[in-house]
Amino acid sequence: MPHHHPSEEMLLGYAAGSTSEPLSLLIATHLALCPECRRKVAAYEALGGKELEVEAPAMLSSDSLVSVLDRLDTAEEPAMAPPRPSAEGDLRLPRPLRDYVAGSLDSLDWHQRGGIAEASLLTERSDFKTRLMRIRPKTAIPEHSHHGSEYTLVLTGGFSDHTGHFLRGDVAIADPAVQHRPIADAGEDCVCLAVTDAPLRFTGTIARLLSPLLQR
Amino acid sequence: MGSNAKVASRAVPDELSELLIAVAVHRDRKAFIRLFEHFGPRVKSYLKRLGVNDSEADDLMQEVMLTVWRRAEQFDHRKARASTWIFTITRNKRIDAIRKERRPELDPNDPALVPDRDDDPSEAVSANEWRAAIRKAIDEVPEEQARLLRMSFFEDKTHDVIAKELDLPLGTVKSRIRLAVAKLRRSLEDLR
Ligand SMILES: [Zn+2]
Repeated sequence: MPHHHPSEEMLLGYAAGSTSEPLSLLIATHLALCPECRRKVAAYEALGGKELEVEAPAMLSSDSLVSVLDRLDTAEEPAMAPPRPSAEGDLRLPRPLRDYVAGSLDSLDWHQRGGIAEASLLTERSDFKTRLMRIRPKTAIPEHSHHGSEYTLVLTGGFSDHTGHFLRGDVAIADPAVQHRPIADAGEDCVCLAVTDAPLRFTGTIARLLSPLLQR
Repeated sequence: MGSNAKVASRAVPDELSELLIAVAVHRDRKAFIRLFEHFGPRVKSYLKRLGVNDSEADDLMQEVMLTVWRRAEQFDHRKARASTWIFTITRNKRIDAIRKERRPELDPNDPALVPDRDDDPSEAVSANEWRAAIRKAIDEVPEEQARLLRMSFFEDKTHDVIAKELDLPLGTVKSRIRLAVAKLRRSLEDLR
């Protein structure tokens, strides 16, 4: 069971439907690994249900009901979830993340630099940077700070920084002011999903020289 | 439905949930019309409050109600109230249609999912108790704080906008929201 969870605001925002897709992806993947947060989200969804209950009814257009009744038995619901069987693919990646990588890490376009490989997801978005990272054991991630917050969900292995030790299912949240220097655990590769809401800014001397490259 | 009499009696569905079950089991159109008459105007009103225009809100409400008809068998009254289930459908339709984004959701049948001890059907009683307790925790949030939670999370409003609308200093809005969230979290943690 994870020890580091998304913030209450993130869970509420996810339940209410106000978090962006990249952050929702990270939260939903954490939920697959965390029964405790699933319960909280269920509670916050109940808050949404209460919203509906107390809502003052709006006037419907006169043909709404007829229009719906006419369509009841016609068109089928387009499947929301992809038809892929749920057991297929790399089970280290819970759904929904597994669907975003077409079932496996090998389908991604990895860029290796030293001990760290990165693959971008949701590249059409300019407001968030969403990446999978694969970090070799004992590798240090260059010291960096950010303009926005950085959210990291561990999928395999683990890492430590000055705020704690993070293992599968754990979410690390680094706020803009904080400089930190995570180091991957010994043993297996650390694979994590990282969402940053503004581009990273590397702060070490060498990293600063590399920064334009790292940011592509 | 559990064969255990105790479970069945503890997990009595409310009236709206019964209508949903009638739709799921019997494809009962009369029950569906009653659900439509209850929820249709509320779903539309909710969407309008989130800034969707009148005709779009009507169309989207119709999509929501069609989904209610088609997916009624996925509704589990032991896990959620009818209004909660319909809220989640409305939320997802809005994200899809208005924000044009995908809604990442977990798959309860994913073998990678870490199960909750209470997902075990033999513990349905405790799932039901949990639901009642959630309800209580939510009802216990003072209205003034509940309003801020609604505006901040369910109406997508920034703290700045809330401060203007309520004519409160920004700092007050921020601290009250933080307080409301903390209270809700504590009530939920007490349930465990
Ligand atoms: Zn959690």
